[in-house]
Amino acid sequence: MSRTLLRIAPQAITLVVLVALISVVFPGFLDISISDGRLVGPAIDILKRGASVALLAVGMTLVIATRGIDLSVGAIIAICGAIAAWGITNDYSLGTTLMMAVAAGLLAGLWNGTLVAVIGIQPIVATLILMTAGRGVAQLITEGRILTFSNDQFAYLGSGDLFGIPVPALLWPVTGVLFAIAMRRTALGLLIEAVGINRRASALAGINATLLLIAVYMASGFCAALAGIITTADIRGADANNAGLWLELDAILAVVIGGNSLMGGRFSIAASLLGAMIIQTIDTGILLAGFPSEYNLVIKAGLVIAILILQSPRLGATWTYWRYALFSRQRGGATQAVREGQE
Amino acid sequence: MKRILTLAAAAVAFGAAASAQTVGFSQIGSESGWRAAETTLTRLQAEERGIDLRFSDAQQRQENQIAAIRSFIAQGVDAILLAPVVATGWDSVLEEAQEAEIPVVLLDRMVDSDPSLFLTAVGSDLVHEGSVAGQWLVDAVAGEECRVVELQGTTGSSPAIDRANGFREAIAEHGNIEIVRSQTGNFTRTEGKEVMESFLQAEGGGADICAVYAHNDDMAIGAIQAIEEAGLNPGEDILIVSIDAVPDIFLAMAEGNANATVELTPNMAGPAFDALEAYWADGTIPPNFIQTESRLYTQDDDPMAEYEARRDLGY
Repeated sequence: MSRTLLRIAPQAITLVVLVALISVVFPGFLDISISDGRLVGPAIDILKRGASVALLAVGMTLVIATRGIDLSVGAIIAICGAIAAWGITNDYSLGTTLMMAVAAGLLAGLWNGTLVAVIGIQPIVATLILMTAGRGVAQLITEGRILTFSNDQFAYLGSGDLFGIPVPALLWPVTGVLFAIAMRRTALGLLIEAVGINRRASALAGINATLLLIAVYMASGFCAALAGIITTADIRGADANNAGLWLELDAILAVVIGGNSLMGGRFSIAASLLGAMIIQTIDTGILLAGFPSEYNLVIKAGLVIAILILQSPRLGATWTYWRYALFSRQRGGATQAVREGQE
Repeated sequence: MKRILTLAAAAVAFGAAASAQTVGFSQIGSESGWRAAETTLTRLQAEERGIDLRFSDAQQRQENQIAAIRSFIAQGVDAILLAPVVATGWDSVLEEAQEAEIPVVLLDRMVDSDPSLFLTAVGSDLVHEGSVAGQWLVDAVAGEECRVVELQGTTGSSPAIDRANGFREAIAEHGNIEIVRSQTGNFTRTEGKEVMESFLQAEGGGADICAVYAHNDDMAIGAIQAIEEAGLNPGEDILIVSIDAVPDIFLAMAEGNANATVELTPNMAGPAFDALEAYWADGTIPPNFIQTESRLYTQDDDPMAEYEARRDLGY
């Protein structure tokens, strides 16, 4: 447990600093009030609005741990959202509708996984196919229009609340915890890391790397399906053109801010989730601060660059070096620091 | 070539026999619901007037449009409607049409070519749309203090810039109306909702907001949902005015959740055919630009009937 806390400390500190920074610009940032039996406040909005990226980040973390990448998750959101809206408008029951949407996500993941693991196409190219084609599939389902519905049960998943907390804000932590348990209470996480570090060696050691890779892309598709369901339920309509647009990039960014290497190997789902919350905090903070919209992307880029630079391992080593060099009375302290920093 | 000539000859012969006018229509594609509605209405208008419409879908490519216009010229049509995908590169093909004495009418978008190369252009004035929306709000609040939040279109796009400017022009003389917050919602429902949520947080839970001005209906629909979820009544506690007049906003108006919308009419073909019929009859040259009406619809305009009339146009 304490190792997990140590692992996510940089992300947690970043989030706290960010919140403090925004609180200076917008004083009521952490205020939470209760209206109509539900919690209301910017912090709650962040937990709710960040749900899509957080869900995607869970699946993306696993994919990236295998040294892969999944560019198609935004398009899968559009497909699953379209199927969900289509199902509910055609009078299927809520259960059937959700099953169809999730099945579509798993199928999309199976497609990606097969291209990567069986046919051997590079992940970035393999998932690019569905990224570009997927939105077309979604448009075929919605016939190019925004498919709206008025089913309150389904809408509840996007805009309802349980114990005063918005449903999407509950969905992503639950998904994250379940995935983390599956990874860390079994050997699954270790096997994924092994495949990411060296697929051939792990296959020789007896790991069924092909099956594991397919499963990982299907997990990513599953997470994207959940994100598609809440996105569609939220606006009571499936917008094939815009649902999940560019979210794959935010999800990858969340994983990177979470300190996970794009080269595969060690991963932390908790850190990726914190990364997703950092991104959403920036987004919501910009909206609340009231800057003109021309500045949105510049401010976001500036903050992201600052965070990534502060987290870079080389900067960490340099910092340790100078701390020892400046404050250590012992001769040779600096060299010792370099040795520590490199570890 | 021989086949095209035979076809053209057949078309001319058929046209003469039926004494109906033939019009070629080069449409950009079907990238949005609005454009699909424009195509549907053009077909309906042609049918109503007994015009034989030749339709060509360019799938967002200029070379397809140029090829379509050339084949219309070869077929010897009586006029060409063109919704140009880009503004530049039309000179030579428009000159070919002029040499063949076929009038060309531009729909919805403009080209950079010399105005003498086309008969007229039919389109909407985006600044005017914004000012119609602004004028509605000026009349609706009737001198009372009103703090407005604005959901802008995609930053830097011409509809976002022009609709913002038109609205500001309309409220400029009225000190009681003030735009207090303005952010982009990228013309989408999801972002319209997200931005509205943050506006509500920032403006005392919505108590300090008197009206929302959205650059399109989709963002307004997202904002309506955000307002409802914050426990307020959209349309009463917070006025909603937007632009485009898509079917779903009429549904919201019928439910009392939206107050007004300004129509960007997809019926560009109606005025175009009017101008062409006058031209065919006695050579009347229409003005260089025919501005379509930016009609204001409110809850008093029987929104349910408007919804029914629009829902099957392909939006």
